[in-house]
Amino acid sequence: MEMTTDIHSHHISQQFNNELEDLKTHLLAMGGLVEKQVQDAIYALTEGDTAIAEEVRLNDRSINDMQIRIDEECTRILARRQPAASDLRLVMAVTRATSDLERIGDEASKIARHAIKLAEEGEPPRGYIETRHIGNHVRNMIKDSLTSFARFDTDLALQVAQEDKSVDLEYRSAMRALVTFMMEDPRSISRVLNVIWVLRSLERIGDHANNIAEYVIYLVKGMDVRHSTPENIEERLNDME
Amino acid sequence: MEAQAEMNNTDAQTQDAKTHSIDISAMNRNNEELSLDKETTCMDVKNMDLFYGEKQALFDVNMTIPKQRVTAFIGPSGCGKSTLLRSFNRMNDLVDGCQIKGEINLEGQNIYDKNVDVAELRRRVGMVFQKPNPFPKSIYENVAYGLRIQGINNKRVLDEAVEWSLKSAALWDEVKDRLHESALGMSGGQQQRLVIARTIAVKPEVLLLDEPASALDPISTLKIEELIYELKDRFTIVIVTHNMQQAARVSDYTAFMYMGNLIEFGNTDTLFTNPKEKKTEDYITGRYG
Repeated sequence: MEMTTDIHSHHISQQFNNELEDLKTHLLAMGGLVEKQVQDAIYALTEGDTAIAEEVRLNDRSINDMQIRIDEECTRILARRQPAASDLRLVMAVTRATSDLERIGDEASKIARHAIKLAEEGEPPRGYIETRHIGNHVRNMIKDSLTSFARFDTDLALQVAQEDKSVDLEYRSAMRALVTFMMEDPRSISRVLNVIWVLRSLERIGDHANNIAEYVIYLVKGMDVRHSTPENIEERLNDME
Repeated sequence: MEAQAEMNNTDAQTQDAKTHSIDISAMNRNNEELSLDKETTCMDVKNMDLFYGEKQALFDVNMTIPKQRVTAFIGPSGCGKSTLLRSFNRMNDLVDGCQIKGEINLEGQNIYDKNVDVAELRRRVGMVFQKPNPFPKSIYENVAYGLRIQGINNKRVLDEAVEWSLKSAALWDEVKDRLHESALGMSGGQQQRLVIARTIAVKPEVLLLDEPASALDPISTLKIEELIYELKDRFTIVIVTHNMQQAARVSDYTAFMYMGNLIEFGNTDTLFTNPKEKKTEDYITGRYG
């Protein structure tokens, strides 16, 4: 059945409506915080701002708390409401999405850790342009995956899946550039390695945002598109129409 | 231009999410653990044994019914849940050979004391049964019945009470144009809500519901459940149900009974996600037949 954003607000039980509405709001709130963490971590790295990096490390705890809270809500809804069809998919999608958001939070925290290390070592190494570029890219992916969740927008979700592919390409070309730097100047190896870890984290963040987009397609269309290529997803979405 | 609009949109959404994100404590609202220790007691049962003739049906039951909450009794057939419920307004007095030991206190007073007026007790502790049992009278007279028995005949008072009760029972909009038609022409779900309206018309403190929805279709059932949720602000509600999912949906606290014993009593979230007793776990997961 085709879904609209208000599909979860027509239960006879007003309380159940509220619970599902809260669940969505809480997931988006967690997403907003996670996105800000990624933004701050990248800023801390490129600007060498250790204070912000420390803040990111600290905030990771509240993201973990949110994950636990939201998962508790899901468990309670499953136990008490026995949701079916779109309600069930919503609860399943939310539990999965919280775990990806939490992992994104972990990656942001790792980036912040490397930012502190790099700032302490002084002179910024090369590779920041690539980092900033990929960083902006994956940040937009998080944003879009959350927006697609908020609006049940499968077109936007598909777009996120397609973006993930180009992030992977950018990641590989950045790695090649960094390897070249290390070969040119072996003294830079330890610093460049830190940048590589950051890029690796960013690439993982892209994967997690992609996962969230896939849950949106599952939620709206009832179709499990994990482990499919974007072309494949697009084809299956078109077949449904 | 379009891209710009899109950007603004997503920014607005993120902004929206961010304003939420600051307030994690708001997420606690639903997760606030209900705990019996923090509740005001409405009724409490002390060391209660109940016998039907030679046969003991309840064994040393101890529990407190919290005020303005929904408490559900679940358990297999014959476990004593209806027996326990019926003893809350002395319905068991009507059963030959029924003997009770121990106490049941309502607001601190033992309802089995000799000087208790049973009719008054049943006004304070109202009961709704499995099968809707409207009187063969008009809808209006059904609801006004309890008040008329109390000697209230002032039309204005009755009109107000009838309207209030039917509104509280979420029935007013459906019947307001046919208040003087027979109640027997209503659907089963409407009849059951009418019976609830009749019960609350006399402003009881406690509402006992014995399988109130088991004779109804799923939608009427959900309406009754929603009604229960709305009524708990004003009444203490105790519900017996065979349907444990119903208990999970409507109640704040759940008591699991088995062979006349109260096995586990606690907050519904905990009981349905992580029960303490193996017997409870087996029952709610369908491992025990």
